[in-house]
Amino acid sequence: MRFLLRTLLFFSALSWSTFASASSKTDEEGFNVSEYIMHHIQDAHEWHLWGEGHDATSIYLPIILIDNGVKVFSSSHFYHGKELHLNNEHCFMGTGPAEGYALVHEKIYALEGGQLNIHDGHVTNAMPWDLSVTKNVLSLFIGVGILLLVLMSTARYYRKNGAVSPKGIAKFIEPLILFVRDEVAIPNIHGGKHVKYLGFLTTVFFFILVNNLLGMIPVFPGGANLTGNITITMFLAVCTLLITVFSGNKNYWKHIFATPGVPWLLLPIMIPIEIVGIFTKPFALMIRLFANITAGHIIVLALISIIFINKSEAWGALSVPMALFISVLEILVAFLQAYLFSMLSALFIGAAVEEDHH
Amino acid sequence: MTGMFGSVAAIGAGLAVLGAGIGIGRIGGSAVEGIARNPEAAGKIQTVMLIAAALIEGVALFGVVVGFLGAKA
Repeated sequence: MRFLLRTLLFFSALSWSTFASASSKTDEEGFNVSEYIMHHIQDAHEWHLWGEGHDATSIYLPIILIDNGVKVFSSSHFYHGKELHLNNEHCFMGTGPAEGYALVHEKIYALEGGQLNIHDGHVTNAMPWDLSVTKNVLSLFIGVGILLLVLMSTARYYRKNGAVSPKGIAKFIEPLILFVRDEVAIPNIHGGKHVKYLGFLTTVFFFILVNNLLGMIPVFPGGANLTGNITITMFLAVCTLLITVFSGNKNYWKHIFATPGVPWLLLPIMIPIEIVGIFTKPFALMIRLFANITAGHIIVLALISIIFINKSEAWGALSVPMALFISVLEILVAFLQAYLFSMLSALFIGAAVEEDHH
Repeated sequence: MTGMFGSVAAIGAGLAVLGAGIGIGRIGGSAVEGIARNPEAAGKIQTVMLIAAALIEGVALFGVVVGFLGAKA
């Protein structure tokens, strides 16, 4: 507690000292908060490390396009290409291997006759298949690398030493895995059937946890908003949906198509409701994880923006402790969302394999 | 400051958060009351409270997401 207070005081004191130095910042176009926030929570084709504008240091990720053949080139051909402002759209025209393509708001469009057609603020050019390694993909690889490293070392320990009290990395991981088994899997999937699904549940739990926590680290290799990408959460929810649907037993489908205790006149209403219910539950899983993590990032970014809106580092004395508090809350949210996603998945799977006991 | 000023989507998101605040506040109140009545069950009550709060927050964030979708530019 005292350590925390001392750290907060230290950082506040750092920012107060900037009152003495006059900060004269010349900005070319003003600071647009929503653009700043949106840029940081969305996917990108480069991983910006430090610096501003043209002398920024970024990792330029490879762009892989499928457009009558596979085209692979570095995204620096966009970001160091021609920068234009067409109809209030900031776009990068590709040079070199990226000739004939343009990057608008991190989406790649094929130029038609060297032109970007913009109608009503929307680009109407065709988009080639974009299979690039983007910031989120790279963050996914990093998260998966961490997971494989940690969990395979744990598995190797047990394979070597048997079922003993662990030492090393296994000592840290074992309570988490036992937590998933004893608090998530067994209470929700009855009758000893949890063993089949334990692999999926531990994977989902650790995947969401590691990627949530990586997103909270502000510097490389963290800081990419992976679990706040709705495609990722959609994939996880689809996994839960498929497992639920394909392990549904007779009792489960009976509950959906002939809910016990419902008079037959009401069945035409109940059956569509139940069928839609099969899909809304994973949909809620997807939205819950996406919105929680993205909202957390937006709050932290908005608090940091206070410094830039007021154009003075001294505002950091207010902004940094608030952002610190919210970040600690977000760490709790990271754990909670991982637990919640796996618990609800276990609940749905448990409902699917439940034996009839009326 | 541009962006959400004057956007009805912001009002909608704020209303959704209002509902979440009331709901989670009530959960917190009942949880604290439950712990006051039965301090031994504090661990279980806390777990259930966190789960219920996260579920309600999920619904509130539905509203926020719709607010995002409706925001201008």
